[in-house]
Amino acid sequence: MKILVCISHVPDTTSKINFTNGDSEFDTNGVQYVINPNDEFGLTRAIWFQEQQGANVTVVNVGGPDTEPTLRKALAIGANEAIRVNANPTDGFFVAKQLAEVIKNGGYDLVIAGKESLDYNGGMVPGMIAGILGSNFLNSCTALTIDGNNVKAVREIDGGKETVSTTLPLIIGGQKGLVEEKDLRIPNMRGIMTARTKALTILEPVDAAVNTKAVKFEKPAPKSAVKLVSADNLDELINLLHNEAKVI
Amino acid sequence: MSILIYAESAEGKFKKVAFELASYAKKVAESLGTTVTALTVNISDVSELGKYGVDKVLKVSNDKLAGFNAKAYADVIKQAAEKEGTKVVLLSSTTDSIYLSPLVAVALNAGFASNVVGLPVSTSPFQVKRNAFSNKAFNITQIDTDVKVLGLAKNSYGLFESTGAAAAEDFNPTIGDNDFGVKVESVEKVSGKVSIADADIVVSGGRGLKGPENWGLVEDLAAVLGAATACSKPVSDLGWRPHSEHVGQTGKPVATNLYIAIGISGAIQHIAGINSSKVKVVINNDPEAPFFKVADYGVVGDAFEIVPQLTEKLKAFKAQHS
Repeated sequence: MKILVCISHVPDTTSKINFTNGDSEFDTNGVQYVINPNDEFGLTRAIWFQEQQGANVTVVNVGGPDTEPTLRKALAIGANEAIRVNANPTDGFFVAKQLAEVIKNGGYDLVIAGKESLDYNGGMVPGMIAGILGSNFLNSCTALTIDGNNVKAVREIDGGKETVSTTLPLIIGGQKGLVEEKDLRIPNMRGIMTARTKALTILEPVDAAVNTKAVKFEKPAPKSAVKLVSADNLDELINLLHNEAKVI
Repeated sequence: MSILIYAESAEGKFKKVAFELASYAKKVAESLGTTVTALTVNISDVSELGKYGVDKVLKVSNDKLAGFNAKAYADVIKQAAEKEGTKVVLLSSTTDSIYLSPLVAVALNAGFASNVVGLPVSTSPFQVKRNAFSNKAFNITQIDTDVKVLGLAKNSYGLFESTGAAAAEDFNPTIGDNDFGVKVESVEKVSGKVSIADADIVVSGGRGLKGPENWGLVEDLAAVLGAATACSKPVSDLGWRPHSEHVGQTGKPVATNLYIAIGISGAIQHIAGINSSKVKVVINNDPEAPFFKVADYGVVGDAFEIVPQLTEKLKAFKAQHS
């Protein structure tokens, strides 16, 4: 089984978010980048398939050379090889088009992308890949088992979960649950050393329309200070929630 | 070239998001000088949609669509959009609609903006404001394609009634067998509880509650408020509560009218998950807890004393105001 894990290179969750150039660009100054957490769950599940079922795992990212440390980290965690599509990831459709091309040419059976990246939070890339390729698609996937060509999976729904069956080839939008957070892999020294020798292929992008563009960023207005209510005066809290905030 | 909304329903009734989407669509339609068409699937009484500004309803009745199937539903929405010559398709931010939207966008060759938090900033060029960076910032996105798909963030617009009645029309789209590559085997819904997705109020507990045996405090308060319960990441990691209740950056995002956090210190990832909630109340014995910096109202003190008292007082308040 050939698995492709799509990796977004995103600011660490604790990063301060600032903008530059007249609030038209994200300020990368001092920002630490990581593998998008939703992708990391998918990567770890893919490594499990590699170890238990002999799958071959490729990781892919659409981005400039600055994203290579993130791909190397994925290799250090255990991916067999990496691909970087050498393009600025302008919008979700553009990225999906690039990834669809990689999938078509690579003959992957299973493609795992995080259901959402924690920078632009578009939540569109896995679905768009599936739309472009016409593949089976499963979003918000929290459990996945594969037997030959047959797939059993669980996906989160509002107020519960559902169990589904499908077949490969399959695209999934994955999240926590594919593996638990405690089971996420951290690269060890051997992994880091081997990662240096693994193949990182650079592909040039294919032509694709850019349907949307981020024209400006804004930060939320500064918040007024918290109103503290004494623990002895909870009636006041109820009063504020009823009369001031009007939420009860 | 009417605006098309997908009006979601469950068990024969519209979800609240369907009315929020209709309210939003009505306003967008006014600014574009057009009307609102809603697409419904397997629902007989569609009259309520008229109250929220829908002019026309395309009613699909088809047993094949009895259960949600993203590919088939996306196909139906595409056909409805083409039939109506729609330039703007609106979907909500339920788990199902998030699943559908990118498929619809590709099928219609449309630019797509998700997590939209308000009316278009401009309609020419078409620009919308959306949440980004896990609610730590907004992004103004311009959609340059002829057809546009928008995903409206939950609770970001509200319900607005208007006068008028929706004219219903049966719609029979073609549904191909290849739409059913993913089959639902079973569905497990948490019954008897308000789900986070449907809730206007969420009561959430953290490690400060010391153990799963104390969750009654959270549940009692939630019951009085008709709220859903949730928890912080350490609580779901420790197995005190299921992952489906974990709110935060890698858990569920919460955009409610009221979010009450009990014994949660307020890690940055948790705050990112709840930041879109309108009013935040924090109960914590540590006055230095970071959550107080983002909260609207706070009580410093022992949750084991405060929460039962608050529950009782709210019970009395509800009795008086019902």
